[in-house]
Amino acid sequence: MINYLFDPAHWSGADGIPNLIGEHLLYSLIALAIAAVIAVPLGIYIGVTGKGVFMIAGLANALRALPSVGLLILLVLLISPAFPSKMGYILPSLIVLVLLAVPPILTNTYAGVRAVDAAAVDAARGMGFRTMKILTDVQLPCSLPLVLSGVRSALLQIISTATIAAYISLGGLGRLLIDGKAQNDYSQMVAGAVLVALLALFFDQLLAFITRRVVSPGLTRRTIKSAVAAEPVKTPVTV
Amino acid sequence: MNFEWLGRQFDNIVFLLGWHVLLAVTPLILGLLIALPLGWWAHRSRRIYPLLVGVAGLLYTVPSLALFVLLPLVLGTKILDPMNIVAALTIYTVALLVRVVADALDSVPEDTVQAAKAMGYRGYQSLVKVELPVGVPVISAGLRVAAVSNVSLVSVAALLGIPQLGSLFTQGFQLRFFTPIIAGIILCVVLAMILDGLIILLNRWLTPWTPKVVAS
Repeated sequence: MINYLFDPAHWSGADGIPNLIGEHLLYSLIALAIAAVIAVPLGIYIGVTGKGVFMIAGLANALRALPSVGLLILLVLLISPAFPSKMGYILPSLIVLVLLAVPPILTNTYAGVRAVDAAAVDAARGMGFRTMKILTDVQLPCSLPLVLSGVRSALLQIISTATIAAYISLGGLGRLLIDGKAQNDYSQMVAGAVLVALLALFFDQLLAFITRRVVSPGLTRRTIKSAVAAEPVKTPVTV
Repeated sequence: MNFEWLGRQFDNIVFLLGWHVLLAVTPLILGLLIALPLGWWAHRSRRIYPLLVGVAGLLYTVPSLALFVLLPLVLGTKILDPMNIVAALTIYTVALLVRVVADALDSVPEDTVQAAKAMGYRGYQSLVKVELPVGVPVISAGLRVAAVSNVSLVSVAALLGIPQLGSLFTQGFQLRFFTPIIAGIILCVVLAMILDGLIILLNRWLTPWTPKVVAS
């Protein structure tokens, strides 16, 4: 593994490690962006209006049971005949990644908006804030910790599943694992596994750092114990 | 759906289902057994709590396929050994449940603990006979999440060639054939729902004093 990682031949070219990491991140961030664009407004809408709450609980549980490998392969067989090029593999992968990332962001955004102290909303209204201003200046900043923790779970889920998508010939670090398996090259597989694990750990910590920086200090003034407890349980990575 | 193919493959599918159940349920039981003392420790010690919860969070961050590949290095097993899957899922289950057990014990009302003490229960007896039973609903909620995600995670092992329901996915992909894929997805979801239902029943059986309403 060490030899594999430090062989300069593996650090350049189209199949080089930097390129694979770049591809992995590209797919992951595109999927995360699409999922956020879908899930955040929807979560806010459901949280503010209370419409469609039944959808949230059902969605979270049903998607956790759905095996992502099966879903991925099913979508490839369905979609790839329509797209003769590489798109036939990239599109289904992106759809699966977005599908897996929407529930954690959606449920956390909804829960975050719901959990905002009603007294704070009433106070803002009493001060003459209009509904839109209450949303942007009170409800959203107050629900930010939960929303970001949803984004964190979603990104982990995506990075993890993007690894698996290499099986249906998507690029990224999963290539090292899948190709290593095909070639019976265990050191290549381990190198891929280490890099994927590091990538996931890095982005998890990065989002934790961002959360600490952007969340209003007024919301985090807690005792040490409840600060730990206030961090919601991570949704398991079901891949 | 090609039902004729399913009929011919029946024995094989039952074999894969059996492995899937074994690979998903064993880590659930092992994980709970390991998480109970660790969770109790985290509940007792305010210094250990953030440490254990932090380590659990980090372990949870490692993607499953990567963990499956890395474990042979630690365990000295072969890459195709189902032990790797059991060990990996046990790690995930423990990581999820340590915090759940600690929070379950935290959630026991102080009055209840005091009452147990006043009735002469010693520390150990109070834990086993009072605090743990009262914490069962919280623990079983965490166990349900672990059970359902384990079923889904096991199928990833198909990419390494370990036989279970996920093998139907890789088989379907190689043959460009929908039937095994759809059958595999349905069996995975049904298996997850059955395990989930069993834990709900177990929870009700262990907590006869709670109202018969299941809040999911």
